Amino acid sequence: MRSILITGGNGGLGLAISRYFLNHDPEARVWLGVRANRANAAILAAAHPDRCHLLDLDVTDPAAWTSAVETILAADGRLDVLVNNAGMHRDGLLATMPAETWHQVISSNLDSTFHGCRAVVTPMMRQRFGRIINIASLSAIMPPLGQTNYAAAKAGVVALGRTLAKETARAGITVNSILPGYIDTDALGEMDEESRKQAQKTIPMRRFGKPDEVAAAVYFLASTDAAYITGSSLKIDGGIF
Amino acid sequence: MEGEALRQKIKEVMVEELMLDYSAEEIGGKTAIFGAHGLGLDSVDALQLVVALEKHFGLKIGDSTVAKGILENVETIAAAIEQSSQAGQPPA
Repeated sequence: MRSILITGGNGGLGLAISRYFLNHDPEARVWLGVRANRANAAILAAAHPDRCHLLDLDVTDPAAWTSAVETILAADGRLDVLVNNAGMHRDGLLATMPAETWHQVISSNLDSTFHGCRAVVTPMMRQRFGRIINIASLSAIMPPLGQTNYAAAKAGVVALGRTLAKETARAGITVNSILPGYIDTDALGEMDEESRKQAQKTIPMRRFGKPDEVAAAVYFLASTDAAYITGSSLKIDGGIF
Repeated sequence: MEGEALRQKIKEVMVEELMLDYSAEEIGGKTAIFGAHGLGLDSVDALQLVVALEKHFGLKIGDSTVAKGILENVETIAAAIEQSSQAGQPPA
């Protein structure tokens, strides 16, 4: 049995990653961290009643993390994989960005990653095994204008991962970051057709990535085969950077 | 567990959990755990040692100031474990 916690479990990428684990590893027990919006996650959990569960988790709340990890440890006796996938963006030019918008984005993307890692690292050290995969963004290394907050948060996620990797390497825990570029999820659905075409022209592969193409990388990094990969940042962007 | 058996077990746990290049027999009761003149462990090892002591002996160390005193050498660790089992509660 392998116990896996995936935050942002109701979003397109979180669902794809969850589905990938459930479809490829019959031993996987997936916990989907969700908040109020949970309809999609509930459908997935209903399809796998013994192996997929919803978990109330406000990723910005350290107490919620403690409670979530306690729930998982009580049920599964271990926690093997954490995928920090939850996050949000609120784009705008820095000159007019309210401080509240800055803090919201830093909190939901960077603070949440800290709280999550903080909650799982001791149980993982105790079991001398763990896989932490942080979903950052291509914006961490190649930010577009209007994303000072999001780019700073995701760059912070990458740096956090590199540092934590060094702190936990001896305990059998790996920490890696994924940097997706344009991935065809609901978030891209907000773009109009013209904007989508313009965006695709900037991608050497001339197409958006599929959520499963990110999920496959997460799945590999979570495997025992990836034991010697830690502190890495894997960009999945069709060749943009 | 107490006395010499406890001290031997602590040394074995340290060697195994921290993947030390020493054998348990090479670690003296008062050998310094940290610093160049002792085993030379660092802060990452200290964190792992805290987790290992809780896992194997139920010793909970929640305070870094207390940890500094407990993690001096095998003798100080053994004393903390013995004290906590006598008191029936963790020392910190």
